[in-house]
Amino acid sequence: MHVSPSVHLCLNGQPVTIDAASPQRTLLDQLRELGLTGAKEGCAEGECGACTVAMVQDTGAGAEYRPVNSCLMLLPMAAGQEIYTVESLASGNVLHPVQDSLAQAGGSQCGYCTPGFVMSLFAEYYRRGRQSACEPDALGGNLCRCTGYRPIRDAARALTVPAPEDRFARRLVEPAPTLEEFACSSAEASFSRPASLAACLAERRAHAEARYISGGTDLVVESNLRGTAFPRLISLEAVPELRMWNETSVSVEIGAGLTLNEIGARWRGAPPAFREWLALFASPLIRNRATLGGNLATASPIGDAAPFLLALDARVRLAGLDGERIEPLSSFFTGYRKTILQPDELLVSILVPKPFPDRVRFYKVAKRRLDDISTVAACMAMSLDRAGRVRSARLAYGGVAEIPLRVSEAEEAIEGHRWTPAVAQLAQDAVRRRLRPISDHRGSDAYRASLAAALIGKFLSETREQAA
Amino acid sequence: MNHESAGAHVTGSALYTEDLAGRFQGLLHAWPVLAPVSHGMVVSLDASSARAEPGVHTVLAARDVPGEPDTGTIRHDEPLFPDEIQFHRQPLTWVLADSVEAARRGAESVRVVCEPLPAILTIGQAIAGNSFFGPPLALRRGDAAAALAASPCRLEGEVAIGGQEHFYLETQSAIAWIDETGGIASYSSTQHPSDTQAVIARVLGLPRNQVTVECPRMGGAFGGKESQANWFAAVAALGAWKTRRPVQVRLPRALDMALTGKRHPFLARFEAGFDSEGLLLALKVALYSDGGWSLDLSEPVMSRALFHLDNCYYLPAVEATGHICRTHKTSQTAFRGFGGPQGMLVIEDVLDRIARALALPPDQVRRRNFYREGQSTHYGQTVKDAGRIENIWQQLQTASSFAARRAAIDRFNEASAHVKRGMAITPVKFGISFTASWYNQGGALVLVYRDGSVQVNHGGTEMGQGLYTKIRQIAACQLGVATESIRLMPASTGKVPNSSASAASASTDLNGAAVADACGQIVERLRPVAARLLQCAPEEVAFRGGLVSAGESGPGIAFASLTEEAYRARVPLFAEGYYRTPGIHFNPQTGQGQPFHYFAYGAAVAEVEVDGFTGQHQIRRVDILQDVGDSVAPLIDRGQIEGGFLQGLGWLTLEELLWDDQGRLATGGASTYKLPSWSELPEIFEVNFLERATEPGVVMGSKAVGEPPLMLALAVREALRAAIAAFGNGGVITIDSPLTPERVFWALERARTRSPEPVPAGAGVLRT
Repeated sequence: MHVSPSVHLCLNGQPVTIDAASPQRTLLDQLRELGLTGAKEGCAEGECGACTVAMVQDTGAGAEYRPVNSCLMLLPMAAGQEIYTVESLASGNVLHPVQDSLAQAGGSQCGYCTPGFVMSLFAEYYRRGRQSACEPDALGGNLCRCTGYRPIRDAARALTVPAPEDRFARRLVEPAPTLEEFACSSAEASFSRPASLAACLAERRAHAEARYISGGTDLVVESNLRGTAFPRLISLEAVPELRMWNETSVSVEIGAGLTLNEIGARWRGAPPAFREWLALFASPLIRNRATLGGNLATASPIGDAAPFLLALDARVRLAGLDGERIEPLSSFFTGYRKTILQPDELLVSILVPKPFPDRVRFYKVAKRRLDDISTVAACMAMSLDRAGRVRSARLAYGGVAEIPLRVSEAEEAIEGHRWTPAVAQLAQDAVRRRLRPISDHRGSDAYRASLAAALIGKFLSETREQAA
Repeated sequence: MNHESAGAHVTGSALYTEDLAGRFQGLLHAWPVLAPVSHGMVVSLDASSARAEPGVHTVLAARDVPGEPDTGTIRHDEPLFPDEIQFHRQPLTWVLADSVEAARRGAESVRVVCEPLPAILTIGQAIAGNSFFGPPLALRRGDAAAALAASPCRLEGEVAIGGQEHFYLETQSAIAWIDETGGIASYSSTQHPSDTQAVIARVLGLPRNQVTVECPRMGGAFGGKESQANWFAAVAALGAWKTRRPVQVRLPRALDMALTGKRHPFLARFEAGFDSEGLLLALKVALYSDGGWSLDLSEPVMSRALFHLDNCYYLPAVEATGHICRTHKTSQTAFRGFGGPQGMLVIEDVLDRIARALALPPDQVRRRNFYREGQSTHYGQTVKDAGRIENIWQQLQTASSFAARRAAIDRFNEASAHVKRGMAITPVKFGISFTASWYNQGGALVLVYRDGSVQVNHGGTEMGQGLYTKIRQIAACQLGVATESIRLMPASTGKVPNSSASAASASTDLNGAAVADACGQIVERLRPVAARLLQCAPEEVAFRGGLVSAGESGPGIAFASLTEEAYRARVPLFAEGYYRTPGIHFNPQTGQGQPFHYFAYGAAVAEVEVDGFTGQHQIRRVDILQDVGDSVAPLIDRGQIEGGFLQGLGWLTLEELLWDDQGRLATGGASTYKLPSWSELPEIFEVNFLERATEPGVVMGSKAVGEPPLMLALAVREALRAAIAAFGNGGVITIDSPLTPERVFWALERARTRSPEPVPAGAGVLRT
């Protein structure tokens, strides 16, 4: 692979070359050094959205603007991408409709977060197929400390659809850039983006210190907040094998490199709990970059993906240079941030068997309802037989142990029985016996233990009503 | 009329202090060497490793300080280079380097050897260890002990109130450099440029005329940059003085949260005496605040808490003491409301407990205790316009369909086992003026140019609150010109000296009045010139819409023609304006006086829903009626009300500061400390201004609006308490703040599992 000393990208419609690019620098820092100071660093961990820029990406149906956190993108991740910042929107003194709507509505007070809101709303404004007002939920990755959001909501709802001659709308007629193989390096660090699974695995085998990176929503937080250096990064973004989507009558196979929002756009026949799960999973900005595979492979005990997929009996496809294997997700996690992945193996895809259970509910308890890390997350799934007895039950949790897990003792207490309060009580007792959660700033051990049991009661109250 | 900078905000062209860094050649960046423990003595600090780091230019030390190495604002108790570590991650010195990364690497390489000492980390530990900043403050009326003893019913209890991180989106930021005449200049994100100037001058041993501080604009402040910006500007200035190069200090979020003060956590212990109708007869309250490691503004914050312990309620006999605890944590500071929110939370908590103890509707008990016209506060100030409390209350109950909705909620709760709703109405009365009377002055410098364009300088700073928008409106009205011809200049100590902090909600009152004064002087000077041109009497000259005419309807000349003519007639086209708030005084010895120019009133109704399985909750609807006087800028005022309300809601239900047993902030980042987001915005959010509310004696008849709405969010706390109560069988609901899902969950468990408390009767004391 050719190692370039420069990063080329399309910035605000113009080709730009960054020479002597440092692979560890964030896109945000680079933009600000270029004098584009509209994007701000409010938190450096993808929580506030003040750094939001828009990337042109292919959705399968054509090009779209995707708002992303520029603080969580390393500069080489932008190589070959087409990126728009807040500075490019207005035409001379004429504000873009999105800017005008926010300004007129009183959507800015101190103004520091405003460029980020503008860019999220900009992307929403051009959302393919949008017929009605802009959806304020699209701004869920942007925090404002001043306004209380009401005027921003009104500004979003006041927007109509773009005029056909709008230059940003016209841009979307053309295809989005395709990501190609790329590599760059500096004295301290190197970054490569291979274009095949085999090349990834070979590079990883050759460099034991290398780390895989995809959206960067976990790793770049590490480097921003703790100053962790990653001397060699292998980007998975251009690997086609990781972007597969294969739905058959017996399963759905989801490429590990698909972002959460890409999965959301594709998985039309998902169980109903999928939409609730997706809405509670981080923020729209993070969902545009974070991959399902990344959320599983990082093996956080509080990741949102695991409980949902555990309850659906998902399996994972792991590939190495010597072949591949398929393992149940329930045996994937082996300890705190540890998995069965061998050093030269990569998580390629997640298989969800069909048919889905009759009843699936996802619960996430956190201090804040949207875009927070769970105190306890749980996904519960159940299928009944014709006689009304539970054929199969799955109770999967995050936040209650050092790994995400299913509580098989509780599942066994339910299976074969009618779904009654007495049976639910047995499951709750099993959960209380089995789980020994810890106390931390998200909740006490006693609260977590109580929640793990209480959520079974909630599941009962919701699914019994459904059965009746 | 939208925000004066709205166009710049939405295009990204609004510049903040850090955005100006690109203008400085050879800029150095600073990173602190951080204390590894929360209390201890520095035995040695070896910075040689930092100096060896590539890119590092120097490491600051006490010997570099030509003046006093301390940045404390009132008491000089904040050493820049401390020997005794007072809180975890306290900066011990600062490394200056060509890049932030190099400065950080250098600072992290420094070996600090320290001898740990026992740390005081909670209010409880401070009380037990008698660790206070000075003797308690106190306000008294009557004989509270005797009145308590004589009360037919009594209760006692306590409530713990969590603090709050400002989380201004723009963190602390300053750039300093040697200016072209050898003085020191600084851009600083500060609410109080004159104080920042004073602290820089003190550290550098310079007279203040050698120091210029300019605040371009702030990306939020909320009190967090009232005193605490000084520290970082002083580090930048000291670095620039030493190296003769420009120096930038900009805290990344994690450092900002670790280093800077927050809203004070409080503990309140109280005894209340009342009758069977819930009328308050006596109140004894001890307030304890967690002041942190240095005094900062903790005394005036505690004073305001004591002043606002009454909220809207007449306290016939009261004894209130305020104890500022010294702990080994960040130095807690000003935050929107400035102690008022904590004081009001306590009285609202007391009244709700009384109502539930007596099984009376809380809104009735609140109303029964309202101030009536002619009554005075516990510090001896007559409650001006006290009738507005009742007036606002009734109007808001009607507008929000309070009675009908409560019946609907009762029906909903009857039918719903696992989800319950609650609704509450709470009032706010907030005193306007700095309680330190000398701060109640404002200055302005208005410059009119020959072409009729205008520059306005004043002592206030823009942090998003819309001050500049209002000032521009005031100047435009006074001069009779379009707002577009008026340019607001960034606050600079070189233009208006000795300014007060933009704080206490008073910036428009003070600086707006000063600008009006200056504009008025210019108009009076222009009037005879215009009269000559228009051939009318001077008093007939009217200034409006950029035209100057004889009478309201006569033929006009352009304002620009008049200013050119006035220039040629050698009439000065600039004026300094000044305003001091009349009639305010307070004697701290007697605890009596008239500390406030007036009161801002309001009320809110909040409706919430609570999940009985998890304690999670959601806000369904909010209705607000706020007294803003005659609004100078309705869009700005509504923005302050809504934004203040959500910020208060965050403090009361969501934002949780937690320190571990080593004194480390456990919720020290955006992923662990959660601000209100979209999920906290109620779908129905009705905001209205009280009509016919002109405030005489205040610029354009307006009223302060920055802080009072924050306390309207107490309605959410009380609504949640009502929803919790709906899961139980009656009785008092006790709950500390903030009402996170976990706290609500445990309150639910208590409410569900207990039989009703007996109603206190006779001399019985109910422990709640």
